Amino acid sequence: MSEAFSAQKYLRDIKPPFCAGCGAYTVTNVFLRAVHELGHEDLKKFVFCSGIGCSAWIPSPHFIADSVHTLHGRSLPVATGIKLVRPEANIVVFGGDGDIVGIGMSHFIHAARRNLDVLVIMVNNMVYGMTGGQVAPTTPLNSKTTTTPYGSFEHPLDAAKLAVTAGANYVARWTTINTNELKETLKKALKLRGFRFIEVVSQCPTAFGRRAGFKDAGEMLKWFKQNQIPLGEAERMSEEQLSGKIIVGEFATRKRTTLVETAYAIIKEAQAKVEKD
Amino acid sequence: MKKSTVNTYFWSGNEACAEAAITAGCRFFAGYPITPSSEIAEHLAKRLPQIGGIAIQMEDELASIGAIVGASWAGVKAFTATSGPGFSLMQEGIGYAFMTETPIVIVDAQRAGPSTGQATKCGQGDVMQARWGTHGDYSAIALSPNSVQEMFTLTIKAFNLAEKYRTPVVLLADEIVAHMREQVSVPPAESIEIINRRKPEADDKAFFGLEEVPPMPAVGEGYNVVVTGSTHDEYGIRVTADPIPHRKLVERLNSKIQNHADELTDSETYHIDECEVGIVSYGCTSRSIYEVVESAEKKGIKTGYIRLRTLWPFPDKIIKELAETANVIIVPEMNLKQIFYEVERAACGEARIVPLNKIGGGEMITPEELFSKIMEASRK
Repeated sequence: MSEAFSAQKYLRDIKPPFCAGCGAYTVTNVFLRAVHELGHEDLKKFVFCSGIGCSAWIPSPHFIADSVHTLHGRSLPVATGIKLVRPEANIVVFGGDGDIVGIGMSHFIHAARRNLDVLVIMVNNMVYGMTGGQVAPTTPLNSKTTTTPYGSFEHPLDAAKLAVTAGANYVARWTTINTNELKETLKKALKLRGFRFIEVVSQCPTAFGRRAGFKDAGEMLKWFKQNQIPLGEAERMSEEQLSGKIIVGEFATRKRTTLVETAYAIIKEAQAKVEKD
Repeated sequence: MKKSTVNTYFWSGNEACAEAAITAGCRFFAGYPITPSSEIAEHLAKRLPQIGGIAIQMEDELASIGAIVGASWAGVKAFTATSGPGFSLMQEGIGYAFMTETPIVIVDAQRAGPSTGQATKCGQGDVMQARWGTHGDYSAIALSPNSVQEMFTLTIKAFNLAEKYRTPVVLLADEIVAHMREQVSVPPAESIEIINRRKPEADDKAFFGLEEVPPMPAVGEGYNVVVTGSTHDEYGIRVTADPIPHRKLVERLNSKIQNHADELTDSETYHIDECEVGIVSYGCTSRSIYEVVESAEKKGIKTGYIRLRTLWPFPDKIIKELAETANVIIVPEMNLKQIFYEVERAACGEARIVPLNKIGGGEMITPEELFSKIMEASRK
């Protein structure tokens, strides 16, 4: 941390595509701060992977780094191929809730099960923002969206809980108001191995907030502040009390063997066997 | 494998394909089990780790093709193997590989479709899917083996073309060539041509244009390469609305294949400059033509054939040549006329084109059936 933080150092000189008030700015900023504080002068040690949606545009093409902007939902399979071939690469996947746990749900579960060595940052704006604000698997019950004009009639998904169940080595959730916690969590996760999942509940004032009854991004941040419950506290609350709340904190930190470790152990074993024969 | 000698093996088509992939330099396989291609995955699961490679079974075909795209961008040759239903799921990934100029090989051991169809029985119904399966404007390369030997040689060729043109290549096999066992001659490694993708020079930055086939870096090598399936400029930067970069990119991606159609097309021919009846055939179905040509000639009917080793790009020129000589061209296929219309188009009305189709139960078109069709067609 020899010099002061400057996000510009890591970014191409391309106008960001995000709307005013979008949480993607916060996520970009906090991620780059974490990278800076870990002492990375550039992003050369990283490979970024993303799918389709607003959040997928955080790294691509903005980060001065290798980035693979893949198909909708398929960032994790592509990351699997890259990581297995280049185990030394530090792979970070950015994606929205629709990308990671909507269309990409199966890959998400399996990547966590395999304990694939990647950090997934899921920016959960609770909506399909890029396509204009349709209901997502994460949209709170009763929320109005363009495809749920009478309010969503489906229960939302708890992606962090799912990641824990599926076997991720590290799971945390914060909102865009918890920038310091998020930064520290990112720093921690970037140094760990295996599947690391950080969910950032984020505001989309344009495609979600205005239909869900928030007059601007600030109102949404206030809503996060009033509704977030630390994990420890949440554990003492009933399901009813937790309805509509955002549980934040670290959900899991463990040391299961990772996909790179197990896959390369097999190569070693197979090669030793060939030599013996 | 011994060096400097031709080795012979008694392999199934799937084994020959898997071994050929290794010979071609492939070090990454990702797939999802499906009849009749699963033996490729099984063989590579054993063989690839022995040589430091990776074979992984993914959760579905969407993930399989995603993983090989990732592996290819990480710098290794990668492939997958599937059959019709899985090939359908892979179409989005094939489009992505085409758009991002990612060299990958997809083996489709065709079975009887549509849908689950007859999973263990042979078919040739994926010919048009190999050409037009993904969306948008694209050009395909698809090869068609008709023996276990060709499962070996054409798999190597598929990798070579993928690397040379930086594009996905389909080996359009079928259940019969995948499952049958035949003798395969494997020439000494040093005599097999292996093509590797062109790597960039240190100061290269245009990995998606300026040249017909641009150089390809790997991620993790410090080139700051930006890969995207969105329309992009020569440097990989996304361009979502301007019409010019889109035209430029998509036209180049197509022309880099279409401009080399003559070089890409490959077929085996017999008496095409002196026949009354011509046969255009490919894959397992073409195994009946050799005997039939003899039988027809014994009856005094001059018969020639074109046996297609490349289906896409379609070899228009040689079909036209045959049409100019032959009065009638028979197109036997284990589908309902997929190549037939291509032959009709390429023949430009110079010959009468007659279909001969058979589907279901994996039943091949027998030499007798083809012979009867020749007799019938030559009388008209």
